[in-house]
Amino acid sequence: MALDRLLAPVIKDAIDFDIQLKPYQHFVLDNQVEVYTYEGGAEEVMLMDMVFFAGNTYEQKNWVAAATNFLLKNGTTQKNAFEINEAFEFYGAHLSRNCYNETATIALHCLTKYFKEVIPVVGELIAEANFPDKELMIYQQNLIQRLSLNLKKGDFIANRLIDEYLFGIDHPYGKYALEQDYKNVNKEDLHRFYDTYYKQGKCIIFMAGKFPGNMQELLNNHIGQLPLNKKEIPAVMHPIVSATQKKYSVINDAESVQGSIRIARHFPNRHHPDFAPTQVLNNIFGGFFGSRLMRNIREDKGYTYGIHSYLQNHVQSCAWMISTDAGKDVCKPTMEEVYKEMKKLREELVDIEELKLVKNYMLGGLLGDLDGPFQIIGRWKTYILNDLNEEYFYKTIDIVRAIQPEELKALAEKYLKTEDFYELVVY
Amino acid sequence: MIQFEKFELANGLKVIVHQDSSTPMAVVNVLYNVGAKDEDPKKTGFAHLFEHLMFGGSVNIPVYDEPLQRAGGENNAYTTNDLTNYYCQIPAENIETAFWLESDRMLSLAFSEKSLEVQRKVVCEEFKEHYINKPYGDAWHKMRELAYTKHPYRWMTIGASLAHVEDAKMQDVKDFFFQFYRPNNAILVVTGNVTTAQVKQLAEKWFGPIEAGKLYQRNLPVEPVQQKSRSMDVRADVPLDMLMMTWHMGGRMDARYHATDLLTDVIGGGATSRLYEQLIKVKQIFSSIDCYHFGAVEPGLVVIEGKLVKGVTMSVAEKAVMDEIELIKNTLMPMNEVQKVINKTESLICFEDMSIMNRAHSLAFYELLGDANLMNQELEKYQLVTPEILQQTAQEIFQDNQRNTLYYYSKS
Repeated sequence: MALDRLLAPVIKDAIDFDIQLKPYQHFVLDNQVEVYTYEGGAEEVMLMDMVFFAGNTYEQKNWVAAATNFLLKNGTTQKNAFEINEAFEFYGAHLSRNCYNETATIALHCLTKYFKEVIPVVGELIAEANFPDKELMIYQQNLIQRLSLNLKKGDFIANRLIDEYLFGIDHPYGKYALEQDYKNVNKEDLHRFYDTYYKQGKCIIFMAGKFPGNMQELLNNHIGQLPLNKKEIPAVMHPIVSATQKKYSVINDAESVQGSIRIARHFPNRHHPDFAPTQVLNNIFGGFFGSRLMRNIREDKGYTYGIHSYLQNHVQSCAWMISTDAGKDVCKPTMEEVYKEMKKLREELVDIEELKLVKNYMLGGLLGDLDGPFQIIGRWKTYILNDLNEEYFYKTIDIVRAIQPEELKALAEKYLKTEDFYELVVY
Repeated sequence: MIQFEKFELANGLKVIVHQDSSTPMAVVNVLYNVGAKDEDPKKTGFAHLFEHLMFGGSVNIPVYDEPLQRAGGENNAYTTNDLTNYYCQIPAENIETAFWLESDRMLSLAFSEKSLEVQRKVVCEEFKEHYINKPYGDAWHKMRELAYTKHPYRWMTIGASLAHVEDAKMQDVKDFFFQFYRPNNAILVVTGNVTTAQVKQLAEKWFGPIEAGKLYQRNLPVEPVQQKSRSMDVRADVPLDMLMMTWHMGGRMDARYHATDLLTDVIGGGATSRLYEQLIKVKQIFSSIDCYHFGAVEPGLVVIEGKLVKGVTMSVAEKAVMDEIELIKNTLMPMNEVQKVINKTESLICFEDMSIMNRAHSLAFYELLGDANLMNQELEKYQLVTPEILQQTAQEIFQDNQRNTLYYYSKS
C-alpha cells in the first residue's frame, strides 16, 4: 500500500498526558539552613544552588547588591581571587553567581567525585570574603567600560527604560546603574551588605544530580556550622511609581538601521487567579514560534527576525511585555500590527483548533521542561521562593487543560487594552 | 559512555539510535552535510537562508510547525560553515509525527514564492540585528576576509553581504535543495525513549521511499599556507579599542586538535587563564580578553580578542599579548595547569551529555566526522595531552608569519 503522506500520524494529545512533578527530598542543616534535593540523572554531575535573600531590594545604595554578589568570589582572608578561581577550576568545577531583585545566588556545578574538594571553598566564600580594594577598583573600571559599550545598543537602552516607566527608577524592578553609581560604591558598603545578607543572612539550598554518599555530612560540616540564618529578612516595601506618560520614542543612534520596540503593561504576580490562564492567552498572542505575533509580523510580513511576548516572573508585581527589534522603516507598522492582534483577541473568540494546538504545545513543552534533575529542582526552587506548592503545579495544568475561548476573550478584554500599555521605540 | 546503534537505509540515509528510557521525551535530529562553505562565493548566505525556507511548507504539508506543536513538540535549526542541523523534541509517544514532517521536507519543499520573499526579509533583519546594528558587528566579516584568501571560511554563515541574500532566486533554492538535501547526504539521529526496532520501522516507512541523489563530491579550495602576517585598521563608532588576532590551526580531525583546544583554554579560557590573570588583573591592559578557536571541520583559526582599557595604546596591548604567547612557546607548562584544563574539559563533556538533545547533536556531528563513536573517545584523547605536546602545538600555531591582526579603533 502506498504511503499516504497527506495523512498525519495519529497523536496522543498532550492534554491527556499524565504529567507529574517528582517530589524533592528535604533536610535541615545544624544551623537551620533548609536543603531541598532531587537526586537523579545518568551523568556523574551535580548542582548546588544557594539562594540568599540579598537582591537589590535590600540595598541602600544603587549597585551594592550586585557588586557584593560578584566580588565575594574575589578574595577571602585566606585566598586571593586567582587562588579561589583555581580552587574551583582545577577540579573542573564552575561557581557562578547571580543577583536578582529579591534574591542572589551562588551556584556550584561540579563533577560528583570532586564535591568534597570544592565545598570547603564555597563555605569560605560565605564566611570570609574580604573585598580587596584592588578587586573593586578593577571591577568598577571594567564595568564602566562595558556600560559605555552597552549604551550604544538600542535593545539595552530599551530594556532599561521600559522597566523604569513601569516601576519607577527607585524601585528594584525599575532601577539601573549609571557610571556614577559604580563609582559611588566603596569597600565598606560591600562589607556591610555581605555581613547582613550573606554571612549571617537567610539561605536556602537546592541540590540536584548525582550526590556522593556522604553529601549531607559534607554539607553539614562546611555550610551547616556557619552563622547563617541569624538575621531576619527586613520587611522592605518599595512603592511602584509608574510614569504618567505612556508613549516614548528615543533616538540613541541616528545611523541605526533598526528600532528596539517594547510595549508593556502591569500585570499581577503568580498568586493572582488570572496569572495561569493568561499564560495560555500569552502563548496564543506572542509566546512561542507559532504565536499570532510571530506568524503575522515575522512569517507573513518579514518585519523582524523575532517578536515575543511574555509575563515577567517577578515576585511582587509583574508586567506583560512585547519585545522586538524591527527594521527602522517598519517600526510603525509593526506596532500597529501588535495592537491589531490585541484587538482581535478582545473581539473574536479564539478558534478551537488553535487553542488545542497551544494547549498541546504548552503541556508537551512542560513535559520536556521537567526532563532531568536540574530542571526538576529548578521548578521546585521557583515554587518555594514564591510560596507556592505542588498544588499550584497541578492546578495550573488543570487550568491549561480546561480553559475555553470565552474565558480567553474575557482576559483579553481585561488586560489587552491598548490604552493600558506603555510603548517605547529606541532607534 | 553513550551507547547507540547504527544502520543505513538503501537510499544512503544513515540512522543512529540512542535509547534512554528514563525520559518521556524523544529527539529527532536531521543533519545535512552542507554549510556555508559549500556556497558559491557570489551567492553567500544561501545555506542559512535555506534553513529558514525549510519551515515554509513541504510538498504534502503546508506548514511544518503546526502539526509538531499540536503533537506537543518543538523544534529549531542552525547553520554553520560546515553543516545544517534540524531537530525537534517531542513526547516519545508522538514521535511518528516528527518522522512524517522531517521526511516530507526531505522529499521535497513546497517552494513557495511567498515564503522566499518573506524569509529574505527576515534574514535581512537578522543580518541587521546581529551584524550592522551592533558595535563591532562587522569585525568577524573583516577578520575572515583577512585570514582566508581562498577557502570558503572567508565568509560568515549569514552571508558576505545583504545583497547576496536579497538577490536569492527560486531557481537557486531548487538547485540547492536537490543537490544537498538528499538522504545520502544526511544523518538521522533519534535519542530518548525509543527502541531501535521502532526507529528502524519508522525510518523505513517514512524515509525509505525517498530517492537518493547524486553523491556530492566536496572539493573546496585549499587555503595556501600564509607566508606573511597581515593586518587591517578599522575605525568605527565604538566606545573602546579592540584588538583581534588569529592564527591558523588544523581541522577537527587533525592530530593536534585536542591539544589546540586545551591550549586556548590555558591562554584565555576563563578567570584562571593566563591572559585574564596577567592582562586584566595584574597589568590592567584589557577590560575583557578571550582566547578560543573555531572548532570547525576544516582548518580553522585560533583567536585572541580583547577590549583595551581606555588610555592604553594598541601597541602596548599587542606587545602584552605577544609576551604571553612567547612565554607559552618558550617554557614548559606546569603539569597542574595541564591537569586543570583536562579536568575542566571532562566536566564540560559530562554536563553536555546530560540532555538527550545534546547527545543527539553530538552523535550526528561525530558521525559527520566519520564515526559517531568518536564521541566516546574524546576524553581519552584529551587525557593524553602532555605539557610537551602543548608547547609544540603552541610553537606550530603561533608563528608570526601566520598571524592576522585587526586593529579596531574607537573614533571617539
